[in-house]
Amino acid sequence: MRWDVVIGLEVHLQLATESKIFSGAATQFGAEPNTQACAVDLAMPGMLPVLNEQAVRYAVMFGLGIGADIGLRSVFDRKNYFYPDLPKGYQISQFQEPIVGRGHFDIQLEDGSVRRIGITRAHLEEDAGKSLHEDFHDQTGIDLNRAGTPLLEIVSEPDLRSAEEAVAYLKTLHSLVTSLGISDGNMAEGSMRCDVNLSLRPAGSDTLGTRAEIKNVNSFRFVEKAIHYEIERQADILESGGTVVQETRLYDADRDETRSMRSKEVANDYRYFPEPDLLPIIIEQSWVDSLRASLPELPRAKRERFIADYGLSPYDATVLAAQRPLADYYEAVVQACGDAKIGANWVQGELLGQLNRNGLELAQSPVSAEALAALIQRIVDGSISGKIGKQVFEAMWAGEGDADSIIEARGLRQVSDSGALEGMVADVIRGNPEQVAQYQAADEARRKKLSGFFVGQIMKLSKGQANPQMVNDLLTQQLDSASANGDS
Amino acid sequence: MHDLSVAELALGLRAKHFSSTELTRHSLARINTLDTHYNSFITVDETGALAAAAQADARLANGDTSPLLGIPLAHKDIFCTEGLRTSCGSKMLDNFIPPYDATVTRRLREAGTVLLGKTNMDEFAMGSSNETSFYGAAQNPWNTQRVPGGSSGGSAAAVAARLAPLATGTDTGGSIRQPAAFCGITGLKPTYGRVSRLGMIAYASSLDQGGPMARSAEDCALLLNVMAGFDPLDSTSSERPTEDYSAGLEKPLAGLRVGLPREFFGAGLEANTHTRIRDALALLEQQGATLVDINLPHTELSIPTYYIIAPAEASTNLSRYDGVRYGHRCEAPRDLHDLYTRSRQEGFGDEVKRRILVGTYALSAGYYDAYYRKAQQVRRLIRQDFLDAFTKVDIIAGPTTPGPAFGIGAKTSDPLAMYLEDVYTLAVNLAGLPAMSVPAGHVEGLPVGLQLIGQHFAEARLLNVAHQLQQASDWHLQTPPEANV
Repeated sequence: MRWDVVIGLEVHLQLATESKIFSGAATQFGAEPNTQACAVDLAMPGMLPVLNEQAVRYAVMFGLGIGADIGLRSVFDRKNYFYPDLPKGYQISQFQEPIVGRGHFDIQLEDGSVRRIGITRAHLEEDAGKSLHEDFHDQTGIDLNRAGTPLLEIVSEPDLRSAEEAVAYLKTLHSLVTSLGISDGNMAEGSMRCDVNLSLRPAGSDTLGTRAEIKNVNSFRFVEKAIHYEIERQADILESGGTVVQETRLYDADRDETRSMRSKEVANDYRYFPEPDLLPIIIEQSWVDSLRASLPELPRAKRERFIADYGLSPYDATVLAAQRPLADYYEAVVQACGDAKIGANWVQGELLGQLNRNGLELAQSPVSAEALAALIQRIVDGSISGKIGKQVFEAMWAGEGDADSIIEARGLRQVSDSGALEGMVADVIRGNPEQVAQYQAADEARRKKLSGFFVGQIMKLSKGQANPQMVNDLLTQQLDSASANGDS
Repeated sequence: MHDLSVAELALGLRAKHFSSTELTRHSLARINTLDTHYNSFITVDETGALAAAAQADARLANGDTSPLLGIPLAHKDIFCTEGLRTSCGSKMLDNFIPPYDATVTRRLREAGTVLLGKTNMDEFAMGSSNETSFYGAAQNPWNTQRVPGGSSGGSAAAVAARLAPLATGTDTGGSIRQPAAFCGITGLKPTYGRVSRLGMIAYASSLDQGGPMARSAEDCALLLNVMAGFDPLDSTSSERPTEDYSAGLEKPLAGLRVGLPREFFGAGLEANTHTRIRDALALLEQQGATLVDINLPHTELSIPTYYIIAPAEASTNLSRYDGVRYGHRCEAPRDLHDLYTRSRQEGFGDEVKRRILVGTYALSAGYYDAYYRKAQQVRRLIRQDFLDAFTKVDIIAGPTTPGPAFGIGAKTSDPLAMYLEDVYTLAVNLAGLPAMSVPAGHVEGLPVGLQLIGQHFAEARLLNVAHQLQQASDWHLQTPPEANV
């Protein structure tokens, strides 16, 4: 039987505020346990929440980024449940009146097609702390550093139809929120955590099947694998005549499987009600308008601009526009070197290649945009060839200095002196009479191919420093005249 | 010394008739000898008090004329005090020493007051008799067989017995006004948002409000002057500027329109109390006030409304007492569930458990609309009753309670009878209004309280009316015979 896959995603996004959503404590990742938890975060008696305006600003910026309705009035609610890493015994969240209403954004699939995915809502809430089960000898440690970190919970419509689409959705979302600067999007540190709601229905049907919710899938790859596993699991159940149980499941990356956490039937009754310690958030339309006006350029607009202004291919433009740091780097290169296409090739090829090989973030690159641009300029002005440029880049990466000093120190400047090149061309022709004979016997198409051999020999002789364009010209000239002489 | 008003005490201090240390020792001595009868204090901080008094004396010697400098006072044990145990009347917090001050305690510390100790209260402020306190009930100084009222019963008893000239209280459904009435003192519940709730342990967040308790309106004004004001750390605190609450006390009452809600003078009101209230109202009339009958048609609904909203908020406010981070933790918990259930079972008393259960039920899926949402709708109607009334009158007056202090143990077996005690006070909290209880004579040796209710942020007007009444009467100056030593 053929099944249609229906997927909706809930993403918990940590907002990049300096302090927590309801207290003044810092939000840095990786601090010593419980050093970033103040009396409010510890839910000491009599402590009260005070809303962090920056978290509201970020939420509204997200809403504007997805063309959503902004709730000019939104309300915090208490979501009640007991857990040791939830100090108050309730989480302050938004239930009935979220700050961001219905919106959407487009995702691009590998075949180039574009799909519009609906966002149901996004709401502000506080993160919980962490329970630490290791190192405590059958006891549990509690670290409340994370408690009170602002989260934006982004809920998609069940519009996604495959693992590929789900991953594309997450990558686009990641690109959007990092471009907006509202989150560092660091999945390894839990800044972006994903719950997958998945159900199957007979192909072509439009009634929804029973869904399972897969909690806390925290990398693009795991999302993909968890979805593949879950599709198969549900298909097996349905095809053997069973029914899918509505439940929460956990993805176990080590075993590459999902397994049941708890059934929704016995799920908590969260007893939501409006948080009496906070007033409703009332936002002025003028404030929203001013945020809209100051919004940074978003990936989609940037991509269009890269195609229009720089003449990039849609693929190149998508890659370079997706992440703001990379886009900024690329534009700095273009600004300094003046050649958008060569710049694009170098940023995507050498730079990203080295970063990937070394597992580095762009911010950690030892080669700055200005330094790369200076190198590209030497290629554009003919001082070195592209091939030599790669050597220079590697030396720059290794910290040997800027492009000019490496070219100088290693004597890599391209030979463009026609006298010297003429000599080399002549030497190669003299030293390879057999190939010259073949060349002379060949037709036009084959001659082109054979000339590659001579170019190779000349480059070798020049240690790669010969100006390839001049070599080509001189070679054709000399071979043609040699054959003309031979004919006579 | 203990019969002087706060203003007189302040003058005495400045004139060097006595020092703050002498005054503080006098209060501590009275607490030591008398409070064995009243149990009005949970914690007495003799060392801290004498240190604060010495500091105050140093400031006085430097010519500092802050109005409350060197004046002893007591805090209800619901206000967090840095370094001093804050129990909230509960076993749950019997071992809790806050590392911070409430905004109210900080302001009063900075104003140079001398903290004598922390007063007894119903557990987590849930009760109308002080009998739910883990530390045993406080007794009424007018008759130790009677309750002092609740939940701020310890503060009321301490002021009535002249153990402290000033005390703080909190009022969620009458917890300042009812004990003030029962103990024959003056108490003010300010407008919701006028006094910061930060560091004031929450019972029902949308109703809780701290306020002053003292012998007279004049003294209450001096205390409110320090307590009131915007606090950026309490999101529900009002940014509206405060006034000098002492400034308008002498304003004549001519032209004042006083509304008397028919619903407050009905069948539930005891006859003798009714008479005392009418006598007090006559005094206002003599001073030029006009009495106008009005209606507050939803008054009756304030009891069920309050007993849904307050327990609902309480049920989640008290979730933090889980034995994990501070407070009572059971011995040798087997697992997490056992840690939660036994710590809470052992740490909370019956009334607290009852309200947590009621509140949890009211918020549960399937009941929320029928209870909590409905209660919020009725709350708006109750508020509207008052707003309508205030188009016709300047203040509203009536009894604070249906009768004088009842006997200890008289209502403990019947929670509903206890809840009915609050019939005249609850609506004020639901509407967020300021209100006072002012001494209005005695019935069989027990004080009666006149309640005055004002428009939002009309504390100064209320204090003015109360002060004028106290200029024409001496009920507030009477001391319980046993404490008159």
